[in-house]
Amino acid sequence: MSNPNNEAIRLAAAHGRFLGSLVIRGGRVIDPGQGIDAITDIAIRDGFVDAVGIGIDAPPGAQVIDARGLIVTPGFVDVHTHLREPGFEYRETIATGTAAAAAGGFTTVCAMPNTEPAIDTTAVVDFIHDTARRQGSVRVYVIGAITRGRKGKALADLIELANAGVVAYSDDGDCVTDSALMRNALAYSRTTGRPVVQHAEDRALTTGAQMHEGSVSARLGLAGWPRAAEEVIVARDCELAALTGAHLHVAHVSSAGTLDFIRRARSRGVHVTAEVTPHHLTLTDSLVGGHWWSATASLPAYDTRTKVNPPLRETPDSLAMAAGLRDGVIDCIATDHAPHGTTDKHCEYQAAASGISNLETALGSVLAVVHAGGLTLVEAIAALTIRPARVFGLAAGTLLPGMAGDVTILDPDREWCVDPTQFRSKGRNTPLAGHILRGQVIQTIVGGEVICDRSA
Amino acid sequence: MRRKDVLDLDDFTADELREVLETTAAMKEVLARPIRRVPPLRGKTIVNCFYEASTRTRVSFELAAKNLSADVVNITASGSSVEKGETLVDTTRTLQALGADMVIMRHGASGAPYLVARELEASVINAGDGWHAHPTQALLDLFTVQSRLGSIEGRRVAIIGDILHSRVARSATWGFTTLGAQVVLCAPPTLLPIGFADAVNTGLRAKGIVTACPVTVTHDVDEALRDADVVMALRVQRERMDSGLLPSLREYSREWGITRERIAKARFGALVMHPGPMNEGVEISPEVAYGPQSVIEAQVTNGVAVRMAVMYLLAGGRAGPAV
Repeated sequence: MSNPNNEAIRLAAAHGRFLGSLVIRGGRVIDPGQGIDAITDIAIRDGFVDAVGIGIDAPPGAQVIDARGLIVTPGFVDVHTHLREPGFEYRETIATGTAAAAAGGFTTVCAMPNTEPAIDTTAVVDFIHDTARRQGSVRVYVIGAITRGRKGKALADLIELANAGVVAYSDDGDCVTDSALMRNALAYSRTTGRPVVQHAEDRALTTGAQMHEGSVSARLGLAGWPRAAEEVIVARDCELAALTGAHLHVAHVSSAGTLDFIRRARSRGVHVTAEVTPHHLTLTDSLVGGHWWSATASLPAYDTRTKVNPPLRETPDSLAMAAGLRDGVIDCIATDHAPHGTTDKHCEYQAAASGISNLETALGSVLAVVHAGGLTLVEAIAALTIRPARVFGLAAGTLLPGMAGDVTILDPDREWCVDPTQFRSKGRNTPLAGHILRGQVIQTIVGGEVICDRSA
Repeated sequence: MRRKDVLDLDDFTADELREVLETTAAMKEVLARPIRRVPPLRGKTIVNCFYEASTRTRVSFELAAKNLSADVVNITASGSSVEKGETLVDTTRTLQALGADMVIMRHGASGAPYLVARELEASVINAGDGWHAHPTQALLDLFTVQSRLGSIEGRRVAIIGDILHSRVARSATWGFTTLGAQVVLCAPPTLLPIGFADAVNTGLRAKGIVTACPVTVTHDVDEALRDADVVMALRVQRERMDSGLLPSLREYSREWGITRERIAKARFGALVMHPGPMNEGVEISPEVAYGPQSVIEAQVTNGVAVRMAVMYLLAGGRAGPAV
């Protein structure tokens, strides 16, 4: 679903400065955007894809990467990243966040606007583009706020934001709860065609909520976040999208019931898309209960690294998320990378901030679903590349000649232990600390330049 | 007792519970002496760290610690660095550095003592964390029932009140079911925790305790009271009305309040319990609270003995009559 104005969206980071040739030889190239799944070569010249085919001659002086035995894909695209800068640099900066992205195989990220100040003016958009150009490791697109200051009261200048280059609008972190305002935001967004990304959470139903409402929360004595709090907003927003003809994108779906509403709206022709995070595909609320639920659980009870919004739910929900990706009701994977500082999480559960730092573990989590048979490798790659790019109308996620030479080379079987102290991200907050993941990025290439290299 | 901390009864085996109850009996005997002092904790420093207001629990712990010859220090949230914004973790580190041997903690956040217990070498006793647990209260409830009725196994315990927000209900449920009783939880639908019965039934199976339907849930007070050997009333707070969970305390007291007419529906001679403080006239009528079936005062008395037992056992004492 691309931008109906059909204009190429301005690239935020001009990494095309890299001049030279790169040939990637002999890898299994999986590019679902072109229907390619074959052992073949890729040639990149002066930052752009030159050719994809067998037996490409390497020009003199070209760097050659031997990718035999490895998987070669378009660089991953993340449409939901919290880079925290400006305002929360102790949690992450554009420099550290994009380094983490590269480490995780992502060559394009979209920065969410819950910064300080919020991204609701050209000045802040320009600051981010600028900082990303100078200090970023990967391409950064910007998501602008729906409402001024993200306060949920008045619309931001959505057209000005689009002119500055934002690729979508969101108040993420907060839900636009006012139905009239949401209707107006959707209607007005038709001027630019950018999707309106909703963090679906009926605040009245989640007052004081700490985790999913279920038997674990009942036992732990923590206020619960019922599925209904997400579902009622999605149901409402689908109706509003139908009414206005706008593009609604549902952020971080967590409940199986939400998928029913999306499916129903789609069948009526509503333009609604959806994303799911790696943690909602793989983790459940039993993790918060720690050892009580599983003798092999790696976390003690009430570990704040499990606290995230929307919360980890139950096994049927996570299975429904994988099934949703498979049948297309969920369009793509998006990390919702939410780095936090030590002080944000080293406290009692009630006081802890919500969020998981997961750019660097996303691939491992997604491959766990593949290894367990919930998705094929091609489906997983599609959900990380062409599908997010299409939802947001980005010129990324596939290796057509002429497109940016952004490539990820990965070993789907390499096992590694998650050690947050080695993260490029400042955010060490992951419930996967100490886990063995199977599947790791070997090289991340942006504009023909190797940005992350684990081949040694 | 082979554990560092007492945070909740959910992971106690039946044997561990019996060990505590046995030791409590011995401690009760100590309390009957003219000089109610024994030396096991002499030279030890026990810190009462209470982030929430409490009269009976704090005093109960303090008396228990002193009876065991320990030195006691009280920290309450007001009048301490907590008001200056000191975090729980910082307070914990300070206690560690000051050499506390045992920390008794009450906190408004469920799970707070777990964080503290992980960071402290000292033993931590949970004196109540948010809605989650109040293990010593449940232990004194168990002791009270056992001493009055002679046994817990096979008994039917009805807990009536705001179950959703009650750490007493949760811990009592774990305690009573682990020792083979049945528990019925009764409250208006808005004050019942969804999924708690399942969590307990699953947890009990994991502990190897197989009883048919140990925990049931109902909003019908007559059903709850039928054949009950023990009726435990819980405080219902005015705040629940203010936040829309209850239309009025008046309606609550008419539909769920334990009155003389209602208590007659339980088994003859059923015990009436309440963790205190009571809202007389709301969840329990004064005539029942002070009537012949009430063991509420005994609960308080037993509380000191139970807390002495827990502290003694955590400090490495051996269960048994000779103290």
